[in-house]
Amino acid sequence: MGEWLQLAFVQNAFAASLLAAVLCGVVGTYVVANRMAYLAGGVAHAAYGGVGLAFFMKIPPMAGILGFTSVSAVIMGMISLRERHRADTAISVLWAFGMALGVLLVDLTPGYGADLMSYLFGSILTVSRTSLAAMAALTVLVLLFTALFHKELAAVSYDEHFARVRGLPVTALYLTLIGMIALTVVVLVQVVGLILVIALLTIAPYIAEKTSRSLQGMMFRAIVLNTIFGSVGLGLSLALNVTSGAAVICVAAAGYLVSVSLSALKQRMGYGQGHV
Amino acid sequence: MSERVPGVAAALRRVTYAYNSHPVLEDVDLTIYTGDFTAVIGPNGGGKTTLLKLLLGLLKPRTGTVTLFGEEPAKTAHRVGYVPQDVHINRFFPLTVLELTLMGRLGPGHLLRHYSAKDVAAAEAALDRMEMLAYRKARLDELSGGQRQRVFIARALASEPEALFLDEPAAGVDSAGQKDLYSHLKELNDHMTILVVTHDLLVLSTYVKSVVCVNRSLVHHPSPEVTADMLRLGYRCPVELLGHGHLPHRVLPLHGDKDRG
Repeated sequence: MGEWLQLAFVQNAFAASLLAAVLCGVVGTYVVANRMAYLAGGVAHAAYGGVGLAFFMKIPPMAGILGFTSVSAVIMGMISLRERHRADTAISVLWAFGMALGVLLVDLTPGYGADLMSYLFGSILTVSRTSLAAMAALTVLVLLFTALFHKELAAVSYDEHFARVRGLPVTALYLTLIGMIALTVVVLVQVVGLILVIALLTIAPYIAEKTSRSLQGMMFRAIVLNTIFGSVGLGLSLALNVTSGAAVICVAAAGYLVSVSLSALKQRMGYGQGHV
Repeated sequence: MSERVPGVAAALRRVTYAYNSHPVLEDVDLTIYTGDFTAVIGPNGGGKTTLLKLLLGLLKPRTGTVTLFGEEPAKTAHRVGYVPQDVHINRFFPLTVLELTLMGRLGPGHLLRHYSAKDVAAAEAALDRMEMLAYRKARLDELSGGQRQRVFIARALASEPEALFLDEPAAGVDSAGQKDLYSHLKELNDHMTILVVTHDLLVLSTYVKSVVCVNRSLVHHPSPEVTADMLRLGYRCPVELLGHGHLPHRVLPLHGDKDRG
């Protein structure tokens, strides 16, 4: 393990997993607290339509994904803002349509096609310096935005109607939040793959939610957990020579299982009672 | 001695509202006077919550006008303390009682600044008033249903509102907690207008001053007696009231216009 850490690509991979841990810890906290995991899944999958589009139109993949994802994210956001509890159907349609469109456009493009598997699971071991820079820039942006508006974002996430009555710009904040999720997906999908993005956005924040007393506390715990999952997963993937993204997801899923069993055990032993 | 004429807190004029093509309220008029304690009752889906959301500007009427303190609700809704229905709210949200109450201090003028000492003092005073100050560091899922409702009321009070609009605050609260909740509201009514959506007829005679029955149409009863009209509007089957047994209410016979509506 020691000599591996000397290798540039291994260092890059660990840097990428650390940045992804921070980004997904923060953004994922909003995803989980807002119960938007399904929306995030929809945005991430629909993004494949952007891959196909970029391929077909011979534009850089980043441009295709960014354009396609922003449009689909805004549509999903508007629908779920209007009917928050009945948005599943519309999200499912965009989810499926985005992926299908991506596959069709890749089929229709002559030459070697984009590999769907690498889109799903990514290749963190081949992450470029440019991608790292993009991730770092987005992380700074996200941290700045959440630091400036944390009170308002918490109010909108917790109770949108009350926030509206208080005169907060709910629609703008909500759509910005969804934009933030979409950007995170766009940047991370190319590095760690779509499935890992969803895992990092949901699993650690979900575990963190149970023990936190504020969104900031939840973010901090989620970042720590994501860092552990990422490093252990990467280490295992190098040691066992298996797919890195899948290894990280399995470690995170194991963490989730442990957390669920622990809280079930706690409840059984009667620690679950409230206190002052 | 001049008679004190109360001002108008909120009014609907010929308001119609529909979800898609399904009409919820049709050509409805309503005036809520300052200082009133009004219960809004009616069957599920009858338009109670819609009425409240129209008054707060959360929904826009198809036709007709809504005024709140004499102006468009969008401009004045922040002067109302709003207690939304509990059921849609994520109970496991990581938030302490105090942080939740502080949300009542938010507003467009408060963007980009931290809560001040004054905000914290106002939030703590509101919690104290609802006897929840001791729980200020508790997480919301550590509270009972009745305690949670009292915190939601504290959040509404933290903004120092002129009126309080509550949507089924007693849902999921045990009967001791309900009594407690309504006696708190009665006390608050001394200096603010209160409008409470409920499907609980027991509160009517004991606590409220007037009753609004909503079921697509709307009838405003200026006194809190339970009438057969209310039963017809509020419940499909009046037997449901018997469930509330020996509570202090009066059931009056039909008034003349039997075939109203």
